[in-house]
Amino acid sequence: MHQTLKRVAAAALASAALTMPATPTLAQEEQYFPVPSSRVGPFSAMGTGYYGGIIDYMNYTNIKHGGVNGVKLVWAECETEYNAARTVECYQRLLTGPNGQKMLVFDTLGTPGAYAVINRMAEEETVLAQYGYGRTDAADGTVWPWVFNAASHYWSQIGMKMQFMADQEGGVENMKGKKIVHLHIDSAYGREPLPAMRQISKDWGVELVEISIPPPGLEQQSQWLQIRRERPDWVTFWGAGSGMNSTGMTNAARMGFPRERLVYVTFGGAEEDMVPAGDAAKGTFVVANAVPGREFPLIADMYKTLYEDSNEGNMANPDRVGTVYYNRGVGAAIMWIEALKNAQEASGKVGKAVNGVEFRDGYEALDMTPAKLEEIGITGMVAPFALSCEKHDGAGKFRMMQWNGDKFELVTDWMGPPDPTFIRGLVESSAGKFASENGITAKACG
Amino acid sequence: MLYRQAGRFRTSYAQDSRLVPYFEDRIALALLLFFGLAVLPFTASDYWLSAILIPWLCLSLVALGQNILMGYAGQLSLGSAGFMAAGAFACFNFELRIPEMPFLVSLMMSGLVAAAVGIVFGLPSLRIRGLYLAVATLASQFFIVWVIDKFGWFKNYDSSGIITAQDIVIMGYSFTSPAEMYVVVLLVVAFMTLLAMNMAAGSIGRNWMAVRDMDVAAEAMGISLLRTKLQAFAISSFYCGVGGALFAFTFLQSLEPVAFDINLSFRILFMVIIGGLGTIIGAYLGAGFILLLPVFLNIFFHAVVGDAVDATIVSAFEQVIFGVLMIVFMIYEPLGIARLLELAQERLRRWPFKV
Amino acid sequence: MDWYAVVFFFEVLIGGLLAGVMYSLVALGFVLIYKASSVFNFAQGAMVFFAVLSFVGFMEIGLHFWVALPVTVVLMILVGMCTERFVLRPLVNQSDDTLLMATIGLAFVLEGLAQMAWGVEVRRLDLGIPDVPMQWLADLTDIFVSTLDVVAGVVAGLMVAVLALIFSRTKVGLGLRAVADSHAAAQSIGIPLRQIWMMVWATAGIVALVAGMLWGARSGVQFALVGIALKALPVLIIGGFTSVPGVIVAGLIVGASEKLAEVYIGPLFGGGIEGWSPYMLAVFFLMFRPEGLFGEKLIRRV
Repeated sequence: MHQTLKRVAAAALASAALTMPATPTLAQEEQYFPVPSSRVGPFSAMGTGYYGGIIDYMNYTNIKHGGVNGVKLVWAECETEYNAARTVECYQRLLTGPNGQKMLVFDTLGTPGAYAVINRMAEEETVLAQYGYGRTDAADGTVWPWVFNAASHYWSQIGMKMQFMADQEGGVENMKGKKIVHLHIDSAYGREPLPAMRQISKDWGVELVEISIPPPGLEQQSQWLQIRRERPDWVTFWGAGSGMNSTGMTNAARMGFPRERLVYVTFGGAEEDMVPAGDAAKGTFVVANAVPGREFPLIADMYKTLYEDSNEGNMANPDRVGTVYYNRGVGAAIMWIEALKNAQEASGKVGKAVNGVEFRDGYEALDMTPAKLEEIGITGMVAPFALSCEKHDGAGKFRMMQWNGDKFELVTDWMGPPDPTFIRGLVESSAGKFASENGITAKACG
Repeated sequence: MLYRQAGRFRTSYAQDSRLVPYFEDRIALALLLFFGLAVLPFTASDYWLSAILIPWLCLSLVALGQNILMGYAGQLSLGSAGFMAAGAFACFNFELRIPEMPFLVSLMMSGLVAAAVGIVFGLPSLRIRGLYLAVATLASQFFIVWVIDKFGWFKNYDSSGIITAQDIVIMGYSFTSPAEMYVVVLLVVAFMTLLAMNMAAGSIGRNWMAVRDMDVAAEAMGISLLRTKLQAFAISSFYCGVGGALFAFTFLQSLEPVAFDINLSFRILFMVIIGGLGTIIGAYLGAGFILLLPVFLNIFFHAVVGDAVDATIVSAFEQVIFGVLMIVFMIYEPLGIARLLELAQERLRRWPFKV
Repeated sequence: MDWYAVVFFFEVLIGGLLAGVMYSLVALGFVLIYKASSVFNFAQGAMVFFAVLSFVGFMEIGLHFWVALPVTVVLMILVGMCTERFVLRPLVNQSDDTLLMATIGLAFVLEGLAQMAWGVEVRRLDLGIPDVPMQWLADLTDIFVSTLDVVAGVVAGLMVAVLALIFSRTKVGLGLRAVADSHAAAQSIGIPLRQIWMMVWATAGIVALVAGMLWGARSGVQFALVGIALKALPVLIIGGFTSVPGVIVAGLIVGASEKLAEVYIGPLFGGGIEGWSPYMLAVFFLMFRPEGLFGEKLIRRV
């Protein structure tokens, strides 16, 4: 026992030393990025794919292009277990990288984690990147200069879904008198789309029924029984965690609800959610902000470079390259890297490391034109978009996919909500309420 | 050891009822507090202050509450995170709705709210004991979180359901930097620990322990079970409530019902058992162990193994190590780290002689 | 409309009863171990996860269903033996809290090992039983009941019956009950504590495998299965920790009441009440019977 204790003590000292900021000794210019991953627990499928994609893209940039204008990308990982308390600890730990550099951007992939750190961003001069999740009204850059919702958020997503339903029904005028059930996990994330959804339903004369599932959501029988009683025309499913998502589809099958009337959220519909549901998943619609597939030139080349030509890939299972979460991770990393390029150019530091303020300006200057997407090799994978000082929410466009029992098939082109100005108005009024409650003066955008 | 306990007799009641009987221990405690208050805020990095020290102190306070209920009064409870949530949201609402109320008053009021909730959910303890009680207290855990989540009033009808905690303002000064918040937390925790030591050493504590050891016998001796048990629930919930409010306001800086889920309750239970049941210091040691071990393992493996092994396997391996350590602990020192410390002290006292 | 409301009520009731049986199956593992060693085995949920993930893992590396099954059974027996050897044996005669904490440690170990060995992806488990409504019943009465649920109910019922018989009618069962009463007393009259424990943990492992297979077939083989242990706790205390038949009765009560409450009362409060309603029900039951419906009444002496 003594020996063990001594060893534990020695190791504790060693780790304490590790967490102290090291003195930077930069031989080559480096830029540090934090990876707050969630690789264990119920959200592991999401975390392994998303952060695997991010790491692979940074690695690929280093191998293929020698970094960003010669600046090598380095990163450090920290396990958040998708939990707010661990995320805060990881945030503080990752704030300073192993090379002594400060982090530029933080991406937790979790709404609870994002909320826990959102107020630390301005002070630490760090960008909070929410790739289609998190605080929706942060899309107003005047109130949240350091938070970005690129390339989409939940309100534009629900608007797009309702537009899709209207298209399927033959137009908005046919939606009158229709019934939609919003079946959601009983948490802030599940209720996030409701403000937009209620308003659109009211305008269209749609009857909206909200049914909640207590987490973790493996038991959904009573909810689906209620759906059977309600006999809705459409169900929008807003779940989290693969268990809940696949259970949603199997329960739909048990109640005989047609899967062609079931529309899943971006965080509910990935291969990892569909496969466990087996045949029950066939026909389910899923919204995508980054389209899965390995045929995009970039993803194909990444697979070749990292998994075929070398063994540098981060994914334990190379078959998962090109899945929904992987491609979404790549999409997120592309924004980091493009923002870094912008920052280097704008601040005259090409080939040098940049700081938080420069990176933020670079992020705000993101302009993903079709030509740029073509150049990167992801045409069709993400929608073209541009950010600005006020507008932090990018394209707000999605593609609808349908699971054919084996893989996703795209059924629409990029689609936005029926009335983007209305969504924008919601964002601004919500952000305005927050600003006035907390005494924040909105930043003037020139 | 620097000092001996043998041959030092207590000759008056005043001496006998001292909380810390030995002069040297008092000096050590004072030095510790001085170090915590005057040295750490200026020397520790922000990471240490805001990611380690603040959550450690907050959770120590909650663990202390759990220890009062479980270690002193012998009532097994699994609802501590629920009471934390009650305290945190009460504090938010006091700050929101009565802005002129000083923060420290809101904090104590939120403790009182949590205590009231604790009394209600402590009622079953009059009839149920042991594991049955533990599962019954889970009702409070799920119910409290559900109520807060479901009724918008508690969250000021925030559309997203995750609210940002207000700044801590005491006497017109905002405590916003990690060091400032740490000082506030440390002072509150130190004060409440002193209070707990007092209760544990006095008649209240003796009643608790009598009920813990044999409630039927305690009742026969004239101790009111109703009063003692509910008192334990109330005081324990008070500590959990204040701890929860501090946890939300200084560490998470946001409030979300889901953050106070069943897993947090379990972690607090681990802290108390690993730290040492029925000891004050055990709450601190246990909280440190449970909080720091995963962090330490995570850092350690990333430093040692690096990218050589798949990160998923590393993360899973961390879990295994954590579990193994817990089992090893239970086998070699079931009375917790507090007991380990006591043994070390005894050994030191005899040093350089061996038994 | 009235007719439809009646049909719907029965559909909810039957669905609830069948879901309750699934809870019972998980609770059964707890009861077995508690009965034999008065250990509240916190790791039961982790065992469910470990067992079924290993089973699916074995099938993934090419074993046939009927080969993977006995292999997993052997694995679970091994887990039981290791638990006895490395966790329980060093902890003989320790307090219940200590044993509880040790099983929590065990839960972490099993969860970690399973994820290390087989990864974290969600797997699908096809038992060949369709999880869709039985057509003849739907045609006849318009009540939807899934075939898988009925099979699960039958399996759970059978397991409970067999185990109840073993406990009450065989010598092994008698030994188990003696050990549960007092480790020391049982040892002193020559009951082999180790074998009894090993056997019980192995049986609990097999029960966990069955529960995991049925739950896995319903909602995918994945980490969240660990959480179903929480669903089993109210069942456990309503039935009484020590009663095998109590588990099935309590499971039916919990399942039916939670579904009825969620469907008929839940919408009044915005739903989600089934998260806590079983626990409230349990507290209510305990107010009248502090040892659960079928638990042994303890007489306390000073």
